[in-house]
Amino acid sequence: MKRLLSRWLPVYAFLYIVFLYLPVLFLPIFSVNLSHVPKFPLTGFTWKWYEELPRTPALIDATWNSLMVGITAAILSTILGICAARAITRYRFPGRTAASGLIMAPLVLPEIILAVSLLVVMLSLGLELSLFTVVLGHVLICIPYSVTVLNAGFEGFDRSLEEASTDLGETAFGTFRRVTLPMVAPAIISSLLVSFTISLDEFIMAFFLAGSDATLPVYIWGQLRFAAKLPSVLALGTLLLIGSFLLLTIAEVLRRRAERRVHGVARA
Amino acid sequence: MTAVAEGSQATQGHRKSLLQSEQAQGLALISPTLLYAMILLVVPIGVIIAYSFWTQNYLTIDRTFTLEQYRTALGEPIYRDLLLRSLWVSLLVSVFTVVLAYPIAYYISFHGGQRKSLWLFLITIPFWTSYLLRVMSWKVILGYNGVLNSGLMGLGIIDEPSTALLYNTSAVVITLTHAWAAFAILPIFVSLEKVDRTLIEAARDLGDGPVRSFLRVTLPLSLPGVISALLIVMIPTVGDYVTPKLVGGKDGVMIATAIETQFKRGANWPLGSALSVVTMTVVTMMALACVFIIRQAGRRVR
Repeated sequence: MKRLLSRWLPVYAFLYIVFLYLPVLFLPIFSVNLSHVPKFPLTGFTWKWYEELPRTPALIDATWNSLMVGITAAILSTILGICAARAITRYRFPGRTAASGLIMAPLVLPEIILAVSLLVVMLSLGLELSLFTVVLGHVLICIPYSVTVLNAGFEGFDRSLEEASTDLGETAFGTFRRVTLPMVAPAIISSLLVSFTISLDEFIMAFFLAGSDATLPVYIWGQLRFAAKLPSVLALGTLLLIGSFLLLTIAEVLRRRAERRVHGVARA
Repeated sequence: MTAVAEGSQATQGHRKSLLQSEQAQGLALISPTLLYAMILLVVPIGVIIAYSFWTQNYLTIDRTFTLEQYRTALGEPIYRDLLLRSLWVSLLVSVFTVVLAYPIAYYISFHGGQRKSLWLFLITIPFWTSYLLRVMSWKVILGYNGVLNSGLMGLGIIDEPSTALLYNTSAVVITLTHAWAAFAILPIFVSLEKVDRTLIEAARDLGDGPVRSFLRVTLPLSLPGVISALLIVMIPTVGDYVTPKLVGGKDGVMIATAIETQFKRGANWPLGSALSVVTMTVVTMMALACVFIIRQAGRRVR
């Protein structure tokens, strides 16, 4: 049994990784295929679907919108995430569990229900649907991820270092700038990148709250109805894939460096 | 930080007031985030609940209390069928993801060695790529002219493309199982990491075989992770909109489509609200029932 397990478990792990990656890998493959129809055998290599992309004004607008929404949502959710993560890891106060539960709740609620409830409130308040309302929705769903990333960065953070700095005569601001910030900066950057990626890929909130301005996923959704547009969507998807992958790799490297730094200092 | 340094030399009374100021600082620090969640989560959900007891009169809302919307949401066969199908899909998807994820989480936790975090990174990467595009690649795979059909025909296994792959409930289940994989692996992995390895050794030393020690030590101790994985997958998938729309076809429509119709084209907010509330309530009940069953089973095995 044990031998059976140790022989088959790695095989299973390998197959599982294939299952996870294979569907994603079809995007780049068919994005350079000559034929309109994504099927095997491949008909030939071409960059033409990529060359079409910069010549589509609606796509340029959507990209620009998505970047603005993503950057704003990332900054806001990271600031709110810092408040929450710092409070949760540093202080004990009544209602701490309930408060963090509420903040994390959007993670486990059906997104469509969050989206329609926000839609109803915003329209009832007479707010015009715009990219701003999308940002509000995105911040709500990015905060749980920000808090998770930042919690990991703030936890195991040795408070005595801050105390030592104060004892040695630093002001509160000086301590924050010269002790706290350098230790948590990687976690903050990683939270910014993760929130930006989520916002960039998020569809449901944008679909309900965007009004007439489309973000990239909303644009893609519109294109999916036309079979002829599929290859350019696949090309666009490949570019997004590479972008997300790069951002997340940077976030992961930073997260690890932060972990090592915090724990390394604690050990020393 | 000064407060803490002083606190160590302070009197009892002084310490108490410091403790209060500690609490006050903590509360003050978390309040912006909490306020945001209150205004954009608690209030909107409250508004939806209120709407579900009202009625739509063309362009105006009649605010007299009524259960009419719930009667429609639960009584009309079309909504009942959509709800039941959504529940069935989310149950299947959560069970499949958890069953498929457990061995991986186990492998990484017990045999991952130095490369644990690399494995976890590898597993989370596909999850971070656009959800819309992942669903679409399944459409490409399962379609009439799709990868699977052309592949099978190329191998001579089938003569003509099968239409049975796309536009049905199983296509929805496959796509969602793929999409939520990472969400199931992480909580199970975390709970497996917490399992005290000496307990497993103890069980072995006392004569339990690998199967028995797994069933009686490892599995029961990792149940909290299994339960949270199940919940994290089950509750959000019940309201999934994109997957049924893209790969579900006529037979794979789920409740989210009905909710969307009521809030957009149908413009019947009270009915849409009632459907949302019913969906949330019923899926929570189903999730709690699953937790109860798993806990009972865990107790019995031990």
